[in-house]
Amino acid sequence: MNGLDRSILTLVTFIPAAGALLLFFLPRRDREIRIFALLISLLTFVVSLHLPVHFDRNPAHLLPSGFQKAFDVDVPWIPTPKIHYHVSIDGISMWLVVLTTFLTPLCVLISWKSIHDRVKEFFVLLLVLETGLIGVFVSLDLFLFYFFWEATLIPMALLIGVYGHGRRVYAAVKFFLYTMVASVFMLAAILWLYAKTGSFDFVVIQNAIRSGGVPDFSAAAQWLFLGFFIAFAVKVPLFPFHTWLPDAHVEAPTAGSVLLAGVLLKMGTYGMLRFNLGLFPEQAHANAPWIVILAMIGIVYGALVAMVQPNMKKLIAYSSISHLGFVVLGIFSFTQAGLNGAMFVMLAHGISTGGLFMLAGILYERRHTYEISEFGGLATPMPAYSTFFLFILLASVGLPLLNGFIGEFLVLSGAFQAKAWWGVVGATGVIWSACYLLWMYQRVFFGQVKHEENNSLLDLNLRERIALWPAAIMALVMGVAPLLWLNAIDPAVHNVLAAMPQMVAKAVGQ
Amino acid sequence: MMALQTIVETLPPGGDYVRILPEIVLSIVGMIIMLLDPVMDERSSQRKLGGIALIGALAGLAATLYQSQQQFWGPAFWEMVRVDAFSVFFHFVVAAVTVLIILASYEYMEVQQIRAGEYYGLILFGAVGMMLMSSAVELVLIFIALEISSISTYILAGFRRRSAISSESSVKYFLLGSFATAFFLYGVALMFGATGSTRIDKIGEALGQYANGGGPLLAYIGVALMFVGLGFKVAAAPFHIWTPDVYEGAPSPVVGFMSTAPKAAVFAVLVRVLFQGQAPGRVWLIWVAAALSMTIGNIAALVQSNVKRLLAYSSIAHAGYLLIAFAVWPQSDPRSGISAIMFYTATYAAMNVGAFAVVGHLAGAGERYVTLEDYSGLAKRSPGLAAIFTIFLLSLIGIPAFGGFFAKFYVFAEAARENLIGLLVIGVINSAIASYYYLRIIVVMYMREPREERPVAAVPPGLGIALALSLAITVFLGVFPRPVLDYLSRSVEQWH
Repeated sequence: MNGLDRSILTLVTFIPAAGALLLFFLPRRDREIRIFALLISLLTFVVSLHLPVHFDRNPAHLLPSGFQKAFDVDVPWIPTPKIHYHVSIDGISMWLVVLTTFLTPLCVLISWKSIHDRVKEFFVLLLVLETGLIGVFVSLDLFLFYFFWEATLIPMALLIGVYGHGRRVYAAVKFFLYTMVASVFMLAAILWLYAKTGSFDFVVIQNAIRSGGVPDFSAAAQWLFLGFFIAFAVKVPLFPFHTWLPDAHVEAPTAGSVLLAGVLLKMGTYGMLRFNLGLFPEQAHANAPWIVILAMIGIVYGALVAMVQPNMKKLIAYSSISHLGFVVLGIFSFTQAGLNGAMFVMLAHGISTGGLFMLAGILYERRHTYEISEFGGLATPMPAYSTFFLFILLASVGLPLLNGFIGEFLVLSGAFQAKAWWGVVGATGVIWSACYLLWMYQRVFFGQVKHEENNSLLDLNLRERIALWPAAIMALVMGVAPLLWLNAIDPAVHNVLAAMPQMVAKAVGQ
Repeated sequence: MMALQTIVETLPPGGDYVRILPEIVLSIVGMIIMLLDPVMDERSSQRKLGGIALIGALAGLAATLYQSQQQFWGPAFWEMVRVDAFSVFFHFVVAAVTVLIILASYEYMEVQQIRAGEYYGLILFGAVGMMLMSSAVELVLIFIALEISSISTYILAGFRRRSAISSESSVKYFLLGSFATAFFLYGVALMFGATGSTRIDKIGEALGQYANGGGPLLAYIGVALMFVGLGFKVAAAPFHIWTPDVYEGAPSPVVGFMSTAPKAAVFAVLVRVLFQGQAPGRVWLIWVAAALSMTIGNIAALVQSNVKRLLAYSSIAHAGYLLIAFAVWPQSDPRSGISAIMFYTATYAAMNVGAFAVVGHLAGAGERYVTLEDYSGLAKRSPGLAAIFTIFLLSLIGIPAFGGFFAKFYVFAEAARENLIGLLVIGVINSAIASYYYLRIIVVMYMREPREERPVAAVPPGLGIALALSLAITVFLGVFPRPVLDYLSRSVEQWH
């Protein structure tokens, strides 16, 4: 088993890319290509389950940095500049990897019929994107991290730009430019750190900063913090950098939306947690007040804008802005509960919003519109569909026993611990989300069927059910047994907070 | 009899000739082509001469590989030429670009109905000048080499004789180029005045006595004037004005040639002059030129609708990125900067030659189709070419898995190492701006409908090989840069 432990992260990261390469040389037979892509993504998922199964919770077995010893691979890649292939995971990154591998097969299933042009390229891009996303979460070398970070850009932009709807080109270019411009600041910060520490390794740099061994650090720290933060804030997206997101979501194909909301946005919050807090705890603390205010604006503003959206997909997109605001609020509350909650919201949002996008996509395949006013009374022709929709929607709203509740509750309790009014403003977000989601549900599913063509809409077929069941089950399991996840998250989060001793003490004292 | 004896004694020893072996090989083949051209049958000469040129370029490449054995390294011709891992690398880049360009021109010339054997001769002569530039360590020889290379490219730029803009481009290039070379020569004279030598190592010794990379006023002026001449050749701002016009008018394979090989050679000269020559005031000179080149190049490229002009401004910007690695403080170790420079020149050569090969093919007879609109829907009309062009463009943006990413990364890392944070920030912002205009081409190719259903001519074999090779190098450098980097770190040992 030891050999598999050593190579497991490499396998999980590169199986999709290898599959994409093989796919590239397959003949253009769409059916076989779809099946092959499904098998590859399922294989990746199964292999990735090795991570939680063999995850070592014993703190004595961890590396001093808190990462899993058994999975840690650190081999030199390029001698000068000293770049290592260093991958490892802790409780934070592990679940994000599994979330990625979990959602990708569902994306393949949901794109089965809706993608009928350039099918091969679509699945190649999807699998390459999966490799990039997993790579971002497992990299512990800043160069490697940046490499994967940028590598996710092209497949996603192409998925939107080639396979999207109406204004797809505009949306793809906007997405690309926003994230590209923001991430070069991170590159500058990474290069500065390399110049001063002689290493790209996250752990080495972290130790150097903690021991005060980085020259000129105190003068540059604020800029470095901002360099990383801007790249992550655009990705999250934090208000006021969010304007690319609704465009990207509305125009993206369903699978693109699922991965965009489900995983891509989490690259930003993951980066904040890992790098902004991990490398610059003092600056994170100093900047927290205005960041939290932006997060709260995001929560409320996202919710209010979602409420008035006539377009179902845009509504879900704005709800993402609101939910990701919770994550940022939780992270910058610097409390154990807040950080645990932030992590849990990331995972829960991946499942539930991913599910909502799949459901919206299913409807789009039948009616070729996302306009809420085009529907009404769908519960009659599509009973199974409307049940799934309600279930996943309630998970997103934060109904107790479903996954959204746990995360939001933890975030809010963390925010209350930090500053009471943060919690109060955040809590309104929960109410808002119930408003806009349930109102949308009412307009789409209840009442009489207003449009004649909606009477003949087909209910879910087997393939769509297979794609939706896992998401629904996961929403329930995560809501009932959150400890399965939190057991791994908690120590990792504790590890992040341990670097901020004065702040932990303060939070506990309140 | 005695006189002959004296002459023989003054001739350099035999080993010296090995040290200019690639130059000798290419000159001989070039002359053979010039001699054969008038005596051969007009209709069939084109392909045969192209074939001879290809064999000649490959022989030049083989001579470079032969030369790369350590026993042949060292000075030659009274310390005017020096062969070492550094110059062998640039010889190799120039020879490889020459091979690729001859392959890419092979069918291009027929499509454009240009019938001229001397085209190939001039490419080979140009390559001789560039190779000599990268191994010359004496300013007068550098000047001669620069002229050999420049005069060949002046003529090559005007080879589309039926097109007015091609002639315009040639004349413009010639006039401005001679002007710039005169600046260089003037700078050489002043350097001689300041240090008493034209040998770069002697200049370095003389200027090395000054503390903190300073020098006499004359040397400051001399370096600045030499930089005007060299900056012109690499299209660095503010000496870049000629670039878009010349690139627009010149035949596309020639643009691929002159935007890579002479630039690589001139960068080699700059390394020797600035670092070995201990040129005073170099950091701020480079700082300003790099910042201007990146910013002007990228911002001007944003609004171009002609792909050749767009790539011309992009090449100005890339010269700017590359110059960043030259900004090394006198007291710090230049070695990693020099290897970043070498890596960048090689990568840029591969991706830019490839890009211009695609542009040349798509341009069609008379280079009619060179606007952005002509590329709309290319992914439908010719998926293969569109994919290849996309990879070159992504590499030019600096997207991971392609060589351009590492190249840019290294020069930016240099700026961070030298604590030039201002330059670093200007660089990264520029590289973000740049992604927009490259992306525009990709967007047009993939996301627009074709304007007309004009079929794209099939890729002929020569061009196909050239594209495959430059694509392979671009991807290889992006995925496995290690062997090249290992070689580079060995070859910069001497600059310690």
